[in-house]
Amino acid sequence: MLDVLIALMPAACCAVYFFGLKAVWLIAVCVGSTVGAEALCRLAMRREMSVGDFSAVLTGLLLAFNLPPDIPLWMAALGSVFAIVVAKQIFGGLGYNPFNPALAGRAFMLISFTGPMTTWTKSAWTLSAGSVEATTTATPLALIKKGAEGFDWSQAAFIKDLFIGNVNGCIGEVSALALLIGAVYLLVRKVITWHIPVSFFAAVFVFAMFKGGVPPLVHILSGGCVLGACFMATDYVTSPITPLGKIIFGVGCGVFTMLIRTADPANGGYPEGVSFSILVMNAFTPLINRWTRPRPFAKLKAQS
Amino acid sequence: MSAILIATLVIAAVGAGAALALAIADRYLAVKEDPRIGLITAALPGANCGGCGFAGCDGYARALVAGEAANGACAPGGAAAAAEIAKILGVEASATVRRVALVKCCGTRSEAVRVGDYNGICDCASAAATAGGDKGCRHGCLGYGACANVCPKHAIRVEDGLAVVDKRLCIGCGKCVSACPRKLIELVPASATIHVLCANPLKGPEVTKVCGVGCIGCHLCEKNSGGKEAGHFTFDGFLAKVNYDNPPEDAAIVAKCPRKCIREDAHFETGA
Amino acid sequence: MKTVKSPFQFPGGVHPRYHKDLTADKPIVDLPPPATLAISMSQHLGAPAKCLMKPGDHVVPGQLIGEKSGFISANVHSPVAGTVKAVEKRPGPTGALADAVVIETDADQPAATAMPPLDWSTASREELLARVEAAGICGMGGAGFPTSVKLNPPPDKHCEFLILNGAECEPYLSADCRMMTEHADRIRIGVEIMRRILGGPAVRIAIENNKPGAIKAIEKAFADISGDVELVVLPTLYPQGSEKHQIYATVGRVVPDGALPIAVGCVVENVGTAAAIADAVDRGLPLTSRVTTISGDGITEPKNVRAPVGTSYADLAAFCGGERGAVRKVISGGPMMGFTVPNLAIATTKTTSGLLFLTDKSVFQYSSNPCIGCGRCLRACPMGLDPSAISCAMEAGDVADAEARGVMNCIECGACSFGCPAYRSITHFCRRAKISIRARIAAEKAKAAKKG
Repeated sequence: MLDVLIALMPAACCAVYFFGLKAVWLIAVCVGSTVGAEALCRLAMRREMSVGDFSAVLTGLLLAFNLPPDIPLWMAALGSVFAIVVAKQIFGGLGYNPFNPALAGRAFMLISFTGPMTTWTKSAWTLSAGSVEATTTATPLALIKKGAEGFDWSQAAFIKDLFIGNVNGCIGEVSALALLIGAVYLLVRKVITWHIPVSFFAAVFVFAMFKGGVPPLVHILSGGCVLGACFMATDYVTSPITPLGKIIFGVGCGVFTMLIRTADPANGGYPEGVSFSILVMNAFTPLINRWTRPRPFAKLKAQS
Repeated sequence: MSAILIATLVIAAVGAGAALALAIADRYLAVKEDPRIGLITAALPGANCGGCGFAGCDGYARALVAGEAANGACAPGGAAAAAEIAKILGVEASATVRRVALVKCCGTRSEAVRVGDYNGICDCASAAATAGGDKGCRHGCLGYGACANVCPKHAIRVEDGLAVVDKRLCIGCGKCVSACPRKLIELVPASATIHVLCANPLKGPEVTKVCGVGCIGCHLCEKNSGGKEAGHFTFDGFLAKVNYDNPPEDAAIVAKCPRKCIREDAHFETGA
Repeated sequence: MKTVKSPFQFPGGVHPRYHKDLTADKPIVDLPPPATLAISMSQHLGAPAKCLMKPGDHVVPGQLIGEKSGFISANVHSPVAGTVKAVEKRPGPTGALADAVVIETDADQPAATAMPPLDWSTASREELLARVEAAGICGMGGAGFPTSVKLNPPPDKHCEFLILNGAECEPYLSADCRMMTEHADRIRIGVEIMRRILGGPAVRIAIENNKPGAIKAIEKAFADISGDVELVVLPTLYPQGSEKHQIYATVGRVVPDGALPIAVGCVVENVGTAAAIADAVDRGLPLTSRVTTISGDGITEPKNVRAPVGTSYADLAAFCGGERGAVRKVISGGPMMGFTVPNLAIATTKTTSGLLFLTDKSVFQYSSNPCIGCGRCLRACPMGLDPSAISCAMEAGDVADAEARGVMNCIECGACSFGCPAYRSITHFCRRAKISIRARIAAEKAKAAKKG
């Protein structure tokens, strides 16, 4: 657990760098609410205190990363409490939850507080070049959703902004660079395996390639894709346990993400699909585990 | 035809159709139930008091037929109901003596020696399979609750490393008897109140090494209850056992035991 | 003899810290006969030996004190001259009680009574096999399977490979390593004898690459051996010493579920067993002693000790300078598959490979948490099972599900519990499942026998 928190530190620093004190408060409130909610829950349920395993801290941090910088703090607190109480503790605590608590909290907030969750009041993000008025656009994903006629998606400055994080978005998801540094740390420490992130990215890439229009790289670097693929979909409890299962899971997440992202904007399609796609695939995890049992030793092919 | 008439006819037709469907289902899709359940329910007083420990007389009847309950637990029904039920079940009427489970050990963590700290599955069979169990006495209760976990009436609690059965809740189903890896639990008549709570047949010095309240076979209980002729106690090696066909009645015997392993529990009227 | 690198790698396995430096370079020392021995009749797999002694009898070294009873059983001999003090039930390292002959050792120890030495190159197969059986030799790697039975496969099964198990994959243990380093010549004789008995199979000697001294010694001793003999150097991985996995790593054959290695034409024997066979044949000595590694951070002088069977753990500890510091756990065997013992009154048997004394620095009391699905146990399981699912099934009391997931194929190696971040007693759950399943099968058999 500590390894994951360490891996998220670069992204946390970027969050504070790009969004200032607001990010600090948001992270503090979310973490404080999740830890407090978990402590109270365990006392009420008369079970042993589990706050020491840092899973609540992680949930709080990840939920904060999934929130826009200007969200009212009381809403963030409410979402955090929901994430811990409803999505985790009522199932029995760590190990028993079927859905990723941070994403469940985010989904709850998105549906309950849609306005604040999709409002970006940051001072205009300026596109370095291009024909589209930057001030009218909120986030890269909104740009993708609205459709930008004649906008040059592959321009280097744009890609650089996406990679470093100089864009609008949720405080933890903007900097792909910081997140990827953390992901590499987790891979080296053998905390996560390559299967889910790689299959997630691959599915997004292939889908975007066939869809055309927006380059696949832009899709991967926009929105919560890197955060989701590396830190949220890889959550042990809610993802499949076998390597093949993880690949199926990652591909499913990628496909659902793109389906939601490219769905018809005129009819109210969400710009961001990562959270919902991971939640949907979480529901499939038990079934995937059932389908992909490990290969017994006796079934190994004899060699000579 | 008026709308009301049409509506009435339609509803009547639907009702008739449903009734017909239900009748067919009742005839052909009915779950085959043991006819004894109905007979026993009729034999019981029908008070649905729950005194037997089951949800209503029907519940007790089902449990009796399923073999999960002992006869004689119905206080309102008394001996008459017990005799009738015995006839229906085709068992001896004398088997209606109400039996309850008894854990024949009183070695709590404070009294009995533990040879190590057990780290593993919190289950008695698992503990017993690990180095012979973490209790010094190889015959004693390990206190990890295998019996408590299987008791359908939650009549067993584990206190200070020792399982204790609450007689009032026990229905004598015997699940705990099979769950205990040390075969410590015995079904004894509910009317008996004096018990020897030990199962270790080894010699005195071997017992005192591992337990502060284990039976050493000193025969004082036998001597103080009328001797061998009175026949209240039998002996298995160096272990005293209450003869439940002729149990001791005088509670003074409890104080006479130098090891304090003879205990008295609350009397319980069975009405049988 | 050729030295080759292991051609195949079984999936799974873990890399515990080995701590073999505590004893790997310490030559074997002999324990002088202790004052009392308690020799168990149940030192081997199968039926206990029938005790031939009663209190008051006098025994000489090498005397038969327990007779093989049944097809899968073995003889037991006295290692010393002494008087039988008692024949009583004593607990073994697992806690199970077994009859033991308690002998008070005489002050004077005459030379052991030996059977007539045999020339292995001319003796017949039957003579050699009879000698192995008479000497009471059983697998000294830990399982204790009677060797005369293993070396005598049924007529329809032909042995193509004799694999000598020198892997010793458990942490701390170095008894086999020292046997190979110091007695490689005896092991060679044992191999020649086994080869004759089995009808000339190819020989593969498997040693992990963390034992360079042993590898060199074996290479030297076997340099001019005739026939198809190869030394296979295995990567250091636990459980490389597991029979099925060693067969796969050396010859690439897969032993089917529930079958014995002979089903794929292989016989696996421990290096200590090979040396014991050599002693039985050319010196006529029955198996009465073995090398045990006494190690851990809780013993003053870690050593590799050759002690007579029946030596109490207390005597071994005293021989090694006694306990050092606050010993929290004593393990008979290795830390992965060994047994924790509650006291030192337990005696060694033919299969006691190690005795570990561990303090608070090496062990800790833990409390288990729910499974978080990290999959480490899955990746570690050398049998390709799903230990996480099995442990969750057993926690819910669902033995049928555990059985359906193949828990009966579990070799109880402990690799799953080793890496579990939630400190779950996974191997314990697997053992618990097997106990329930075996009890159910036994009950079904009894019911069927009653009916029939």
